Amino acid sequence: MASLKELRNRIDSVKQTRKITSAMKLVAASKLKRAQEQAEASRPFADRMSAMLANLAAGVRDLPDAPRLLGGTGSDETHLIVVATADRGLCGGFNSSIVRGVRRRVTALQAEGKQVKLMLVGRKGRDMLRREFGDIIVEYVDGIAGKRRVDFGDAQLIADKILERFDAGEFDVCTLVFNKFKSAITQVLTFKQLIPVEPPVRDEEAAAEGGALYEFEPSEERILDELLPRNLAIQIFGALLENSASEQGARMAAMDSATRNAGDMIHRLTLSYNRQRQAQITKELIEIISGAEAV
Amino acid sequence: MADNTLRFELVAPERLLASEEVDMVVLPGSEGDFGVLPQHAPFLSLLRPGVIGIYRGDKLERRIFVAGGFAEVNGQGCIVLGEAAEPVDELDAEKARQALRNAEEDLADAKEPSESERERLERAIRVAQARLEAAEAA
Repeated sequence: MASLKELRNRIDSVKQTRKITSAMKLVAASKLKRAQEQAEASRPFADRMSAMLANLAAGVRDLPDAPRLLGGTGSDETHLIVVATADRGLCGGFNSSIVRGVRRRVTALQAEGKQVKLMLVGRKGRDMLRREFGDIIVEYVDGIAGKRRVDFGDAQLIADKILERFDAGEFDVCTLVFNKFKSAITQVLTFKQLIPVEPPVRDEEAAAEGGALYEFEPSEERILDELLPRNLAIQIFGALLENSASEQGARMAAMDSATRNAGDMIHRLTLSYNRQRQAQITKELIEIISGAEAV
Repeated sequence: MADNTLRFELVAPERLLASEEVDMVVLPGSEGDFGVLPQHAPFLSLLRPGVIGIYRGDKLERRIFVAGGFAEVNGQGCIVLGEAAEPVDELDAEKARQALRNAEEDLADAKEPSESERERLERAIRVAQARLEAAEAA
């Protein structure tokens, strides 16, 4: 049984921990709000862009000389998986669920005899995947998830790197892995295919409007050539935003339960501290009384 | 939609910048400026760096600089997906001049830039030039 002093120290230390976790929870909550707002604010652009792309792609996709970003390279031998994780831990199962998903996907693809390459965004993902898949990691993009807010320039940077490798013929299919934000406590692990682009479905209303009658300036192909890389950046941007909202949500939930656990622990420790103090007092009383009787 | 006004939306990657009913917009298309009036035929265009003019009645109401993007005109209105959009009166000529100088230096400093690298730098210069022009015209 621990001594009274030891118990007191334990209680103090758990109290300190609880202060930290509850502060982290509050910080995560306010960051979550901001991240959520940002994610929502960026949605209109992504929506409009998908709609525009849908209008364009419908006419071009089936042509034999469709852009490779849209039509693919005609093979799916080499896969590039872009893994977006957080830079920091202490956010529950956020990072590990991504890593677990990636591990499963990589193993499955390799079992099919495909080649897999990894591109990592975020420090935690690198830490966890480096040992196992060190030889297939082709690129690591640093210092994005740790920023206060996600910048469109960052997404553009990642998109440029992906495009560069695609143009060099390094892979055929590109998939992005991230946690989609559902609510503050639920995140959904999502695999999103970036290349070839899965053409968004054109909504019926727009189609009825006679979408095929668009005029193009300069030409359909030129616009697509500009639109597709831009779309890639937008998709990544959206995913990064979702990811950062998910991260804060996961951290908030994790810190909330940590705070609660610390409270429980303090309660239990205080109980056993008091019990022991009482036992000690009783013991001392007995000693005094029996001492007095002996005289 | 009302038949005599045009629904105009300007969206940047970060947020929705404008969504309003206007009478006309003039957009800097890659092949030249074009105006969009209500009931315009469906149209898709690339934008070059330049200034978007928003008209209400016969008056030029607002001018917004974009660094490029796409415009779509359809039955529902006119949607611009713009990059680095800023209202013209918030542009600072001095800053724009500095940005242009920086962009030019970047290109001059780049040793044997790859083709994509050169393209990117030249694009940055075009954007900076357009921004400076817009700022000086304001």
